Parts: sequence; structure tokens; C-alpha cells
Amino acid sequence: MKFVKTVGLALLGSALAIGAAAAQEKTVKIATEGAYAPWNFTGAGGKLEGFEIDLANDLCARMKVKCEIVAQDWDGIIPALQAKKYDAVMAGMSITEERKKTIDFAGPYANSPNGFLVAKNSPLAKMPGMGEAFNLSTQQAAAEKAIEAYKPLLKGKTVGVQGSTIHSNFADKYLKGTAEIREYKTTEQHDLDLAAGRIDAVLADATAIIGTLEKPEFNKDYTLAGPSITGGLLGAGVGVGLRKGETELKKSFDEAIQAAIKDGTVKKLSEKWFKIDTTPRV
Amino acid sequence: MDFAFMRDTFLTLIGGVPLTLNLAFMAVGLGAVLAMLLALMRMSGLKVLDWPAQAYVFVFRGTPLLVQIFLIYYGLGQFRPALQEWGLWTFFREPYWCAVFALTLNTAAYASEIIRGGLQSVPYNQVEAARACGMSGFLLFRRVIFPIAVRQALPAYGSEIILMVKATSLASIITMMEVTGLAAKLISQSFRAVEVFVVAGLIYLVLNFIITRIIMAIEWWLSPHLRRPPAIEPRLEAAHV
Repeated sequence: MKFVKTVGLALLGSALAIGAAAAQEKTVKIATEGAYAPWNFTGAGGKLEGFEIDLANDLCARMKVKCEIVAQDWDGIIPALQAKKYDAVMAGMSITEERKKTIDFAGPYANSPNGFLVAKNSPLAKMPGMGEAFNLSTQQAAAEKAIEAYKPLLKGKTVGVQGSTIHSNFADKYLKGTAEIREYKTTEQHDLDLAAGRIDAVLADATAIIGTLEKPEFNKDYTLAGPSITGGLLGAGVGVGLRKGETELKKSFDEAIQAAIKDGTVKKLSEKWFKIDTTPRV
Repeated sequence: MDFAFMRDTFLTLIGGVPLTLNLAFMAVGLGAVLAMLLALMRMSGLKVLDWPAQAYVFVFRGTPLLVQIFLIYYGLGQFRPALQEWGLWTFFREPYWCAVFALTLNTAAYASEIIRGGLQSVPYNQVEAARACGMSGFLLFRRVIFPIAVRQALPAYGSEIILMVKATSLASIITMMEVTGLAAKLISQSFRAVEVFVVAGLIYLVLNFIITRIIMAIEWWLSPHLRRPPAIEPRLEAAHV
């Protein structure tokens, strides 16, 4: 009888130990695009790098979970989240009303404006509004006036955007009919086509443009132009995309992001990768 | 399944059909000319013509079409000054022409082998019979070799045309918004991959159904010798004579 008891206790003990280990080793699978430098990209060694990779590792340490970061094509990034291929998305994804109908967001952990990337010798380089910032949510009239001010310059030009992004939505709403819009799969592709001279301007996130301008083939002849516009259909900053109903995961991500913003980690990482501070102002 | 949504999806995607068919038929048409040329080079018996054609077929059949499209569009984009000097940039500047060019080069490689197979399957005794009737040169090719070769090559060529219709879906990576490009855009707006791709798949299926029917009709028309001759009814009045 004693033997049975001992074995029983041992079994129970090991089961508890495994359970405890499993609880400690909870893994969260995070998807990123891997083609959106400097937010997330595949580095020279074939490994994922960038602002969001660093931030994800920091957040996971705060949440005391093990993280696995996987790369996923931008087009399928939300459908695959819903199909439970992973648990969270950190891929420079802006929090928009449209996306909120389908998924939840934790954060935001960054907020950055959009702008145009153009050749220095192009007439577009003198686009009005450079250095001015507008928010489509709070100063809609002023922002739309700024857009109207640069529109005549874009007449008959070709503008490249990454498809399925807030920038392609922006281009569809404000620039369609004025300029020809071409949609690319990745930002690297529209950069290549700008360098080849197939398009006259790229409309993208200012951080992505700053990233492009650091490359030797761009920093001499290209420049950032136009006003900085945020808000409205450009969304309320960049957040962690989560499936609806995962309240516990959302809560722990939200807390970790708040903590990381508070102690300056987000600012430090954003200055490291973007050269500017993209910490969201609450 | 949300049928109202699928109807809207269908109406959006149908807008990409003209471009899909345009790309496919431009490529198949231009590719057929190039393929004929390649097949004749292969069969010329001259090494200076045969070897380049063999090398061409080897390269374009041996590499993925996706890679070819990328190289032609983004790759050649990096040689803009040289292309401008040769006056070719106006052509390579446009994604449409780059897509047609890549698809044409690709299909020509496959089609040249199909045509060569067709030409080589013409029975020699039929050629000899034609010669015995005094035909030679172009007349022999036009009246005997070519019709038989076309009939032999048609089933394989039909598959190649269908493959090209589907291959146009790769043009969306160079900003051409054909059916698959529009589908990807719709998915990003609605996040409903299943419904959108089901509709896109059905559109391709219908297009290819029509194409296979047309090819079958051409096959039937080219094979009178395989059809049962119309039955000749005995004429009743003749029996009484």
C-alpha cells in the first residue's frame, strides 16, 4: 500500500511539475512581415531584425512568456492570424477602424506620419507643406487643405504605394484621379521602381522613407517631401494585432507596452532604428 | 458563406478579366511566332541555329516564371541608362509590356518543344506520298506537314494556353491589377480570404472552360478523318428500278 501511495504521489508531483513548467514556458507566436525596414526586415544574416523585433523581445520579457517570431506575407497577415497560425501581429500595422472590425489591437506602441519620397531634382521636391504636421482626426479641414495644396503638383504623375496599407487607402481617397496609383507588394519594390524612374513619387510612412534614405543609392539624390499627416484613415498609431476575444493576451500586451513607454524603452528603440522618436503621445 | 459578399466580390473581380485575357492572348500570340522560329531552328540541322535554341529552351523552362518576371521588371530597371541609350526604356518602363515580354519568352520555350513534337510526328510516308504527287518546299509544308503537325500538337498546346491564363496571376507582383491582384486587394480590405479566392478560382475555371471548349472544337474541325462519315441512306426509288 505504501508503495502504491509513493508512486501515486510521485506521479502527481511530476504532473504538477510539468504543468508548472508549461505555464512558465507559455509561448506566444508573433508574426511580422520581414520586408518593412527599419520596422522589421530580414537582415544580412537571414535573421529577422528591426524595431519591432527588438520591441517584441522586450515585451515578451516583461510578459514573462517565450516568444517565437515568424515572417508572414503582408497580404495574408490578418487572415492567418484569424486562422490561428500565430497569436499576435507586430508588423507596422496601424490601428484603423476598418481593421478593428475584424481584430483587436493592443497599444499603440508607435505613431509616425506619412510623407513622399521623391528625387531631389524633381519638381515634387518643392512640394508645399514640408515640415508641417496635420492630424486628419482633429484638424481635418487644415489637413485636407494641405493635401489640396500639393495635389496640383501630382497631376499626371505616377505614385507608388504598398498595397493593403493605410497609405494605399489614403492614395485611393485623396489622390485617385489626380495621379496614377501603382500598388506594390513591399516597400522595397516601390523604392526600386522609384530608383528606376518608373514612378515619380512614393507615398509611405516617414520612418520607412527615412530608412530608405539611409541606403547609399538613395541618400544623394532623393529626399522626403510634403506635409506630415496622421490620424483619420491613417489610423491611430501602430499596435499589436490580436484575435478578437483574447482579452488576457491583450491585457498583458497593453501593460507591457505601457511599461515600455514609461521607462523609455520604446523611445530608445525608436531612436535607434528610426533616428526619430515615434513614441505615441497619449 | 456570405452570398451577397460573394456577388460583390464577383463584380469587382470581373473587372480584372479583360487584363487577364489581354495578357494571356498577347503572350500566347507573340509566343507562338517565337516558338515556331525556335522549333525550326531546332530542326534545321545546323548547330549554329540548334544550340542557341536549345540553350534558350533550357533557361526559360528551367527557371521559375516568377523569377523571370522579377528579373525582367526590377532587374532591367537597374540598367535604365543603357536601356535609354538603346531606346528600349519606353518599352521596359511600362509594367504591362514587361509582363507581356516575360510571359511571351516563357511560353515560347514550352510551345517550341510542343511544335517540334508536332512537326516530327508527321508520318514520313505521308510526306513521301505528297512528294510523289509533285509537292515540295512551302507547298508541301502548307498542305501536308503543317496541318498534320497542328492536329498532333493541339492537345498539348491547349494545355499551354490554359497554363498561360493562370500564369498571368503572377503579373500582380509588378503592379498589374488583374484578377488575382484585385483579389489580393479585396482580401486586404475585407480579410475574407476564403470567399474571395473561391470566387477568383471560379472565374479562372470559367475562362479555362471556355478555352478548352474552343480547343476541342478546333480539334474536331481538324480531324475529319476520325469522324464517322454521314450514313448514306439507300434510296428507295433506286431499289425498284
